Amino acid sequence: MIPMEHYLIVSSVMFFVGIFGFITRKNLLAVLISIELILNSVEINFSVFNRYLYPEHLEGMFFSLFGIAISAAETAVAIAIIINIYRIRENIDIRHIDKMKN
Amino acid sequence: MMEYTLLIVVIPLLMFLLLASCGRGMRGQLAGWLGSLGMSAAALLSYTAAWHYFTGVGKGEESYQQILACSVEWLRFTDKLHIDLGILLDPISVMMLVVITTVSLMVHIYSLGYMKGEKGFQRYYAFLSLFSFSMLGLVVAPNIFQMYIFWELVGVSSYLLIGFYYTKPAAVAASKKAFIVTRFADLGFLAGILLLSYYTGTFDFAALTAGEGALVAGSMAGVSFMGLSAASWAMALIFMGGAGKSAMFPLHIWLPDAMEGPTPVSALIHAATMVVAGVYLVARLFPVYFFVTPGVLQLIAYLGAFTALFAAVVAITQTDIKRVLAFSTISQIAYMMVALGVSGYSGHEGLGYMATMFHLFTHAFFKALLFLGAGSVIHAVHSNEMSCMGGLRHFLPVTHITFLIACLAIAGIPPFSGFFSKDEILAAAFHHDQFLFFLLWVIAGLTAFYMFRLYYRIFRGEERPYEHTPHESPVSMLVPLGILALLSCVTGFIPFGKFVSSDGSMLVIHPEGMIALAGVVAALAGIGCARFLYRKANDRPAQIATRLHGVYTAAYHKFYLDQVWLFITKKIIFRCIATPVAWFDKHVIDASFDGLGRGTVKLAGAIKGLQSGKVQFYAFVFIVSTLLLTLWAFFY
Repeated sequence: MIPMEHYLIVSSVMFFVGIFGFITRKNLLAVLISIELILNSVEINFSVFNRYLYPEHLEGMFFSLFGIAISAAETAVAIAIIINIYRIRENIDIRHIDKMKN
Repeated sequence: MMEYTLLIVVIPLLMFLLLASCGRGMRGQLAGWLGSLGMSAAALLSYTAAWHYFTGVGKGEESYQQILACSVEWLRFTDKLHIDLGILLDPISVMMLVVITTVSLMVHIYSLGYMKGEKGFQRYYAFLSLFSFSMLGLVVAPNIFQMYIFWELVGVSSYLLIGFYYTKPAAVAASKKAFIVTRFADLGFLAGILLLSYYTGTFDFAALTAGEGALVAGSMAGVSFMGLSAASWAMALIFMGGAGKSAMFPLHIWLPDAMEGPTPVSALIHAATMVVAGVYLVARLFPVYFFVTPGVLQLIAYLGAFTALFAAVVAITQTDIKRVLAFSTISQIAYMMVALGVSGYSGHEGLGYMATMFHLFTHAFFKALLFLGAGSVIHAVHSNEMSCMGGLRHFLPVTHITFLIACLAIAGIPPFSGFFSKDEILAAAFHHDQFLFFLLWVIAGLTAFYMFRLYYRIFRGEERPYEHTPHESPVSMLVPLGILALLSCVTGFIPFGKFVSSDGSMLVIHPEGMIALAGVVAALAGIGCARFLYRKANDRPAQIATRLHGVYTAAYHKFYLDQVWLFITKKIIFRCIATPVAWFDKHVIDASFDGLGRGTVKLAGAIKGLQSGKVQFYAFVFIVSTLLLTLWAFFY
């Protein structure tokens, strides 16, 4: 059986890669992908802890499923927003998007 | 059983609200007619109330009793200390109701002619109603705090009416002066009320005066401050309020200036009603003054005598007819104060008290008549100065006759009303203090002199080259003159002692032959002198003025009291107190709040860069802070 630490190392790496990407990437799509990375790392953690601490329960697994569903919905909304921003401004550089009003 | 007396007070209030809220849209003289109508209703109710009270309801076995016609609790501090609003009926308040509503009604009607076509006619009537309401509320007050509330309302409406011609700088200055001087006096009044109620725990007049002022004497016994007992302080401070409103020396300075207001207003407020509020206040608390603080009462008597003499001397030298009347008012009110000061309590000892109220009653009518007559003269010649008048009796026959009646009444010639009341005052003074009697006797002569100086210079003597022929006033002005003249003739015959006395018992008053004779002699001497000097134009008055140069000039300038007050306020109070206080206000209090504001602005400027709208920067700050917090939680 693969030890728990391995899973946790993978998820931590994913998490911090996501954070780094969120803070540094200029492209909105890249920022969105970074967010997905963060969410996925968290879902791995849920599954792992559920599997190792309470193997007879399934709450962690279901929570992961919820997370996946929500991130899918969120991605759809975010993509829609990004497309609209692109239509208006013809670029999706996050440095230029710092006002609520156009 | 006399709840309807509430209407007497409420009708003018409603009239004020009506005229103040929709007066502007009223055409022509509608506002004036409405005001007069309301006032006549109030007057009729007052007469009914007086009839009811004096013939039935108020009459006890041997004396009149106090009736609390209605009362509501208005403000409650503790079970014992609460402020009520209500209506107290006793002989003096019922008498005042009659006086106020009558004079007010006369002034309302008179103003229909006098103020016709003036800008702000509706405003004028609204203020008149407000004043009537406040004055009526003042006299029916069953407790000293209600009196104080209405006292201030009276002051406000007086201020508004003096400043009625607000485009005239003199009127604005006069209204401010009147308000500030009386307000200053009211400060003493308030302090006195608080002192009194602190010890006695009540505001109620009935409780304060019951049993020879036992409550005041008992609760304030043994407390003293700077060598004077607390009761004396309280009563002297309360008198200070009265002295301010009643224009006692040295707080009289506002009254002559108040003549800047419309003449009917002077007749109503500054001759007949508001200025006697001080007298009324002392009369209300008379048992306390007499039994607990006789020293203060003594002070009132002497201060009154001095004021009466002082004002009479000044009145002789003035040339503005309204100012002569103003000083005459000061003098006559001081006369009433003296009578209160020399009065005893119960039975014939209380003659002075009854005489005061009697003189207040008669004076209200003939002084209002004098002012309204003067208004009629001013209306005809468009000037206040005596030098612009003369020989007017042919042009203004009705005004002439009524003015003459008023002059005879104030001079104290029988059978006019002033004779009877003045005689009682002289008698009261004679039995109490011969020196005061002598002073009052001299003042009676001076009064006759300056009133007839006025009369001769206005109505007799040479006719002036008038720009246009003076014409008699319209009927609406002559009718009040006639009614008041009639009242000045007959009110003296009222057996006043039967209605008003210090302890509510019914007195039968007989004029005392010798004193009456002395009074009439003084009056005739005064009239004779005036006739000698002013009947025909001659240089005798000028010669006398030159011979008495110093005194004359000083009296003409009102003994420089205005200047003294200006010196005290501008040079001493403003410089030594007001300027440092202003500095403190500006540089400490204002500055600290300004600093607080400026500090906030600076801080905001420093941190507003944080809200840049850059999402990644927010995220960075968020994550770094979370990490730091985690580390902090981990290590501690």
